[in-house]
Amino acid sequence: MIQPHGGKLVERVLRGPAKTAVLAKAASMPRLRLDSELVSDVENICLGVYSPLEGFLGQDDFRHVLSQRRLCSDLPWTIPIVLAVGREEAARLKEGADILLVEERDRPVAVLHLAEKFTFDKGETAEKTFGTRDAAHPGVAKVMAMGEVLLAGPVDLVDCVPTPYDRYKLSPKETRVLFKEKGWRTVVGFQTRNTPHNGHEYLQKAALTFADGIFINPVIGRKKKGDFKDEVILASYEELIKHYYLRQRAVMAILQMEMRYAGPREAIHHAIIRKNFGCTHIIIGRDHAGVGKYYAPFAAQDVFEDFPDLGIVPLFFRAFYYCKKCQSVVNEKICPHPPADQIQYSGTKIRDMLIKGEVPPPELMRPEVAKVIMSFKEPFNE
Amino acid sequence: MDKEFTTVSIPTSLYKKIEEAIKGTEVGSVSSYIVKVLRESLAKDQPSQDVFSQEDEEKVKERLKALGYID
Repeated sequence: MIQPHGGKLVERVLRGPAKTAVLAKAASMPRLRLDSELVSDVENICLGVYSPLEGFLGQDDFRHVLSQRRLCSDLPWTIPIVLAVGREEAARLKEGADILLVEERDRPVAVLHLAEKFTFDKGETAEKTFGTRDAAHPGVAKVMAMGEVLLAGPVDLVDCVPTPYDRYKLSPKETRVLFKEKGWRTVVGFQTRNTPHNGHEYLQKAALTFADGIFINPVIGRKKKGDFKDEVILASYEELIKHYYLRQRAVMAILQMEMRYAGPREAIHHAIIRKNFGCTHIIIGRDHAGVGKYYAPFAAQDVFEDFPDLGIVPLFFRAFYYCKKCQSVVNEKICPHPPADQIQYSGTKIRDMLIKGEVPPPELMRPEVAKVIMSFKEPFNE
Repeated sequence: MDKEFTTVSIPTSLYKKIEEAIKGTEVGSVSSYIVKVLRESLAKDQPSQDVFSQEDEEKVKERLKALGYID
């Protein structure tokens, strides 16, 4: 099975006496309240999704990631995973102390062993991460709104925060056991933030032809207005897999994480995460992790050239469409027919149909999937 | 923080060979080429291994069965 990134699967989970001890002294510990995005990052660090990270980045690694897209060890790492607080808050937290990290309702999530505090340049961070300082970019806006001080140090998980989707939540250790149990040596990871249309199915099955299994891994987290709700995405994929996939070849589990919309850098980040889950390959399409027109359409594919040591193999797909003559989903390499015969897969077009209560045609979406989506009174985030 | 780059010596003849080989390609410099090749070489043949113990594996299988991922 493919090695975790960096060679070791991180698992920093408090159990038994160690957990009891933390909970016993929780009331007297300095504490920090985390939003849902940071809770996800903490869980992902501690469960090994972000291996080899054992905590939030220290100053040296943070600067190296921004300038070199690698950790100081030279291991590829492209997205700064950081914990920012305001100056006043930072002043009350002492280096060397254990800080209790709690979620919005004060439930303990983890312990941060605070190793260092440092300031950073927000503009430079945004520019290096997203390739822009445009405040209209959602990732840039988030960075500019962050606190001025970054806290660094290893973290240990006390408890995951329950979600309605825990039934689909598997750690990298669990997916690796699952893939081993299924006898999969090659596994293709597929990242998605949407319900499946036939184009997605085509990508997955084209890749699956050359692998033992497909790992469908929807990203669950805070969404933009107009995005499909998480429960709709999961229900629609369950329906697709039930009717159109072989159970021994397809697995779905969620990735709880907020999108950064960092285009190329985030494509590498997503590849690393799926490598940690045990995938040997990952599907990368057009404008992966993009938003608006900030990134060239295939920049998120070209970036893989800079990481020959990534360890997980990207499968690049360019354009695909439905051809009325071929009567299937095709691409420009396998279809000789003119554009007049093409039906494009447009997420916006499909969304608009669903909003109006129109069933998308079977060339675009499986009728069973459309039926499930339309069974939800409000399938989109307001 | 350590400085980001350091100097390594290679035979001039090899340098010139690489310089010639990358002409007209997208590789920006001899240094970029060497960095890329070395990283590829170091990453090759990483041994694969299980990252969980037998005991862990059995516990995980129980959860996977309960969730319906395996029979």
